[in-house]
Amino acid sequence: MSTLALAPAGRRLRALAGAELTLLGRNRSAVTTALLLPLALPFSVRPAVDQMDLGGVGLSAGTVMLTAAIGFSFLFSVYTSLVGAFVSRREELVLKRLRTGELHDPEILAGTALPALCLGLAQSLVLSVGCVLLLDAGAPRAPYLTVLGVLSGLVLCAALAALTATFTRTVESAQVTASPVVFISMIGSGIAIPTEILPDRLASVCEFLPLSPAVRLVSGGWSGHLSAYEALGAVATTLAWTLLAVFAVRRWFRWEPRR
Amino acid sequence: MDISEHEHVIEVTDLRRVYGGGFEAVRGITFSVGRGEIFALLGTNGAGKTSTVELLEGLARPAGGRVRVLGHDPYGERAAVRPRTGVMLQEGGFPSELTVAETARMWAGCVSRARPELEALELVGLGGRAGVRVKQLSGGERRRLDLALALLGEPEVLFLDEPTTGLDAEGRRDTWELVRALRDTGTTVLLTTHYLEEAEGLADRLAILHEGRIATTGTPDEVTAAQPSRISFRLPDGYFLGDLPPLGALGVCGHELAGRVVQLRTRELQRAATGLLVWAEAARVELRGLDVRSASLEEAFLGIAREREVAA
Repeated sequence: MSTLALAPAGRRLRALAGAELTLLGRNRSAVTTALLLPLALPFSVRPAVDQMDLGGVGLSAGTVMLTAAIGFSFLFSVYTSLVGAFVSRREELVLKRLRTGELHDPEILAGTALPALCLGLAQSLVLSVGCVLLLDAGAPRAPYLTVLGVLSGLVLCAALAALTATFTRTVESAQVTASPVVFISMIGSGIAIPTEILPDRLASVCEFLPLSPAVRLVSGGWSGHLSAYEALGAVATTLAWTLLAVFAVRRWFRWEPRR
Repeated sequence: MDISEHEHVIEVTDLRRVYGGGFEAVRGITFSVGRGEIFALLGTNGAGKTSTVELLEGLARPAGGRVRVLGHDPYGERAAVRPRTGVMLQEGGFPSELTVAETARMWAGCVSRARPELEALELVGLGGRAGVRVKQLSGGERRRLDLALALLGEPEVLFLDEPTTGLDAEGRRDTWELVRALRDTGTTVLLTTHYLEEAEGLADRLAILHEGRIATTGTPDEVTAAQPSRISFRLPDGYFLGDLPPLGALGVCGHELAGRVVQLRTRELQRAATGLLVWAEAARVELRGLDVRSASLEEAFLGIAREREVAA
């Protein structure tokens, strides 16, 4: 029964994700943001990174840059791009139309999110290889933690994007409604500034921000500085945020424009 | 499979819908549609047509009452219902940057037993527009694309919310022919419309909605027959209403005087008209602006709409 039920669901997801991928490819600004920003930003912040006293807190420039790059990929290739996608599909009445068919609600959201998630995954892969080869980041000490961090971060970004879309009325206003998550994550979650160089008290609060655990797993997996206890804590926190976001989306997501 | 499924493909009992702000859009309506029947919901804007259809499509849960489509609850048992229904919303939504063919391919991937995409596009006359982006389609072409997608899964039940709005006369006639052909192969069709000739010419049965309730229902002939015919004319100068022959004796069941224009309602049009003309001939007066009109769906519709104005 379960495989019988899953096969058509997989087919539907593929059909929807395929169309969404075509749309992503035709959205020039989304493509530019998605491709250039995560690749360009870490290199443009290189001078700032070089100014930081990283050796004192046991960090290397390579891992800091890689963490920043993957974090930017989370925020711009997945999160902001999906807020825009969810809002524009809703405003074009696409979501409403899809709901009249056989697709289930979670399939509609998942199918819409899938291309951006794959893009984020591919970027993380390319960035990792690039940083290892070009920035001497070295091989990750605990690669499974990095993988876990990337995957959990991607899923949470998609869920947060759907949640942000619930209170975003137009594609234009998405830039405003998405900015709190973007700025808080950049500053507090160890993307633009490594949490290690934040004051201790602030850093311990920032651990509980939505994207902090994913970023922590990514960088901790690379540096090997994360204890099993800390890793478990990070996994629990990211899981809690994901469940919370999924619950909120199920409860409040808007499938039709406000009229 | 229960037996009733074969008799009534759609069953609606005391259906209610209340929106978030407390507005009661559907206030207890009951009707059923048999297999292979075309049923039209008519009504003025705001009568509750779309609100009703959305409940039948399973897009929302009713505030009260019961809906059964093919014997199932379309909201709670969507997996049993959706593969067998096709839906065309009043305002369909398709990503504007996809082509017609890409849109159809995407939709076909989401349908259990899809017919070939091109076949569906050709049914609605869009076969030659497959490579065109949706944003470049005209309003009428977009409606036809929406119809093509509703037909992709070879549905047993088709919900069409204002299917011909925005179509030109030819497109409208093509759509009617297509809907009739589908009906003839056993498809059950529920459509909403505010075109009276569409309901009169296409529907096997219809219901006129008014303020969330069914004001009247039946075959187009039955609904029309329930309406009185009308005679109107200008009262000749120097004459008063009392100068006319006794109206009751002419079979007139109601009259109105607006300025000098008299309007009579009757269920015996020939008798009333004959009596009036014989009187005019004998009195040697001319009934200017004489208009003798047998009952039509339009009369029924306007009659119901007028009731609202009187009430308001």
